Amino acid sequence: MSLTSVLDIAGTGMNAQSIRLNTTASNIANAESASSSVDETYRARKPWFAVLEKEQSNINSQDEAFMQSAEGTGAGVQVMGIVEKDSPLQMRFQPNHPMANEDGYVYYPNVNVVEEMTDMMSSSRSYQMNIEVLKTAKQMLQRTLTLGQ
Amino acid sequence: MGSINFTNALGIHSSAMQLRAARAEVLANNLANADTPGYKARDFDFQAVLAGQTRSKDQLTLARTHRGHIDNNGATEGEDGELLYRTPSQPSIDGNTVDSQIEQALFARNSLNYNASFEFLNGKFKGIKGAIRGE
Repeated sequence: MSLTSVLDIAGTGMNAQSIRLNTTASNIANAESASSSVDETYRARKPWFAVLEKEQSNINSQDEAFMQSAEGTGAGVQVMGIVEKDSPLQMRFQPNHPMANEDGYVYYPNVNVVEEMTDMMSSSRSYQMNIEVLKTAKQMLQRTLTLGQ
Repeated sequence: MGSINFTNALGIHSSAMQLRAARAEVLANNLANADTPGYKARDFDFQAVLAGQTRSKDQLTLARTHRGHIDNNGATEGEDGELLYRTPSQPSIDGNTVDSQIEQALFARNSLNYNASFEFLNGKFKGIKGAIRGE
C-alpha cells in the first residue's frame, strides 16, 4: 500500500532532520569550548544523509506495472553517520586563559556559527515540510477509508 | 467488453487512484531527500502510465519477460511506470536536484487529484448501489 509507505518516508525525513538539528545545537553550544591541545578540541559535527533503499520485491505480472513503478524510488532518507569537519581549528593567543598551553595559545572549535544558524533554519524548514507531507497523506488515507459510505 | 463486472462499472478511476497513491510515494521520497547530497529527484509521467494501463487488453502483445524487451503496443517512454529524472531548474552544488517548492506543489496537486478520483469512484459506487436497490 503506497500511502502507508508515504507515512514511513515522511517519518524517516523527520528523523534525519531532527538528528541534523541535534548536531547543530551541539555545535552552537560548543562553539566556545576551549582546550589546550589540538586533539582534545571539539570539532563541528555534521550528519551524513543517504537514500534509504527499498527492499526489492518480485512482481512480474504486467498488470502490476504501476505497483512496480514506485520500486525504483527509495524508502526515505537515512543518516549513515556523524562526521567531524576537518577544517583547521582556531588558535587564539590568550596567555591568561586557564587552558592556555606553554606558548600561551588556546584552541577553539572549528564551528562557524553563521553556517550553523543557516543550517538550523534549513533543517527546521525541511522538518516542517515532512510534517506537511505526513498530514496530507493521513488525510488521503482517512478519506479512502470512507469509500462506499 | 460487454460483460458486467466491477472493472467495467468503475472505469478508469480505481487505476487512477492507485497510480496517484504510488506517485505520492515518489514525491514524498523526493521531499524527504531534499537535503541528501547527490540525490536526483524522480517522478513518472502520469498521463503516459495511465494511457498504458487503460490500453485495450484485447490487443495482441508480445510476451515480455524482461524490462529491456521491446513491446509491440507502441509504448512510449515512461509508459511502463518507469521512473524518470526531473530536469532541475536550479541545480545545487552538492548534486541534489530536488526543488522543494516544485515538489511540494506537485505533491499538493497530486493529493487533490487523488481526492477527485476518490469522489468519482465513490459516485460510481453510489450509482451501483442505487441501481441494485432500484431507487
